[in-house]
Amino acid sequence: MPGLDDLYREIILDHYRSPRNRGELPSPPAAHAVGHNPLCGDEIEVFLQVDGDVVRDIKVAGQGCSISQSSASMMSQAVKGKSVDEVRALTRRFKGMMSIDENPDDPARPGDADVKLGDLEALQGVVKFPVRIKCATLSWNTLLDALRQPDTAG
Amino acid sequence: MTFDVAAVRAQFPVLARTMNGRPLVYLDSANTSQKPSVVLDAMHRFASTSYAPINRSAYQLAVEATDAFEGARAAVARFVNARRPSEIAFVKNATEALNLVAHTWGRANLHEGDVIVLTHLEHHANIVPWHMLAAERGITIRWVPLTADGQLDLTDLDHLLDGAKLFGFSAMSNVLGTITPVDELCRRAHDAGALAVVDACQYAPHQPTDVQAWGADFTAFSAHKMCGPSGIGALWGRQELLEAIPPFLGGGNMIADVRLDGFTPAPPPAKFEAGTPPIIEAIGFGAAVEFLEGLGMDAVRAHEERLARYTLDTLARRFGDDIRIHGPVDVKRRGATFSFAFRDVHPHDLSQVLDQHNVCVRAGHHCAKPLMKLLGVSATARASCYVYNDTSDVDALADALDGVSDIFAP
Repeated sequence: MPGLDDLYREIILDHYRSPRNRGELPSPPAAHAVGHNPLCGDEIEVFLQVDGDVVRDIKVAGQGCSISQSSASMMSQAVKGKSVDEVRALTRRFKGMMSIDENPDDPARPGDADVKLGDLEALQGVVKFPVRIKCATLSWNTLLDALRQPDTAG
Repeated sequence: MTFDVAAVRAQFPVLARTMNGRPLVYLDSANTSQKPSVVLDAMHRFASTSYAPINRSAYQLAVEATDAFEGARAAVARFVNARRPSEIAFVKNATEALNLVAHTWGRANLHEGDVIVLTHLEHHANIVPWHMLAAERGITIRWVPLTADGQLDLTDLDHLLDGAKLFGFSAMSNVLGTITPVDELCRRAHDAGALAVVDACQYAPHQPTDVQAWGADFTAFSAHKMCGPSGIGALWGRQELLEAIPPFLGGGNMIADVRLDGFTPAPPPAKFEAGTPPIIEAIGFGAAVEFLEGLGMDAVRAHEERLARYTLDTLARRFGDDIRIHGPVDVKRRGATFSFAFRDVHPHDLSQVLDQHNVCVRAGHHCAKPLMKLLGVSATARASCYVYNDTSDVDALADALDGVSDIFAP
């Protein structure tokens, strides 16, 4: 059995205890998406302000376990200031790390492997706990929903 | 009657299993129960010696299979004190049983503007079928609220039931362990002219169930929560109701006659059993209720009441305000199913840490999202006990909870 140390890395617990970019943005103009984990009832809200091609601001609300909350917190840090294309590439890379490779809407591309995950690599241990993969990807799927909204055409 | 937990436990092969050198602490029986050897053996023996189609072939083997299948039905009928075996329809599980009632009785009897009453305790299985019907028929659903300690608040029940056609309620909550006053609820439903539909999925495994004493109209339960196999459950209904309502699924076995211009349904219970049923599972269901009868359901209840008292006392003594157990504190009004919050640790994280100690609990919304909303949480951790659990399992849970704080301490 994989140990809890693989799952609960210090940086994860830090983001859980002190989540970054917590809150809401006025919507509109910000895009707003709500994601549910039907397994456990966790709920995450993503508010996304995209100006032109760039994610100007992002806020995360909702509640969840340490894995879903820390993933959302790290995600919000990672995507802020990035172009929409970069955000999509990062999302593909992150989901790839979670061993979710097949996304018919947005298949893996050659450059994805070069995308830097930074702190997000701390979530790598989640793969050893398959039930928790949905926790880690909840905020990312919600982010994609927000990007799909008409106002954030990107 | 004494209750020898060690002797009971020894009859469940999976509980002899160790993981990482340590015993399994199975506290998830409200989710699904483990199976004793007598049930597994009965299914294996039947499949090895007597398996054949039921109700449709004249050869000896098929007659034996049909007898065994109907014997299981008779055992299940006896277990809940049905008037006769034909009042038991085998279905997939309690969920299907409740869907059956909504589809058949509901469609035949509920029309736009009609009112039904449910409670805030309900599992999604006794909510969603009615939502589906409400969307189709334009019926209104009223909800019986809860008291602060998770019991039904019956203060306004007469008002809520006024003009209602059906009252559906859980006999025991899968989240809070609350046991509801089923006989009183049935009586008050009938006083108001409403049908009484009892979700006994969590109740029937744990205490004597007597549908006649309740005065219920329909009662649903699942084999897998009461030492039987998954894939089979039962709908008990009063004979005259089962005769009056339309069939559920159409197909083989459920008909008396089929013509090019229509069909005539078979009498109950075949009317509700379209297609080849889960035959081997029915044999297991019969063996399961006989196993429970052997233990004595009064003894099972007394055992679980003791365990409930021990659990409440132990967790309160060891963790004080750090643990909050939802639901009734009076063990006479609850079963040994405990949803709890531990410090500020999310239930998912909690169950992950407990799993390191082989302690199996459920974390989540327990298919009762409206109740979760009422409790003000998105999820809870839930430990639930059964005939094979003893105080050592509760101690193991408490020991494992000790380890939780180390990781999530700020």
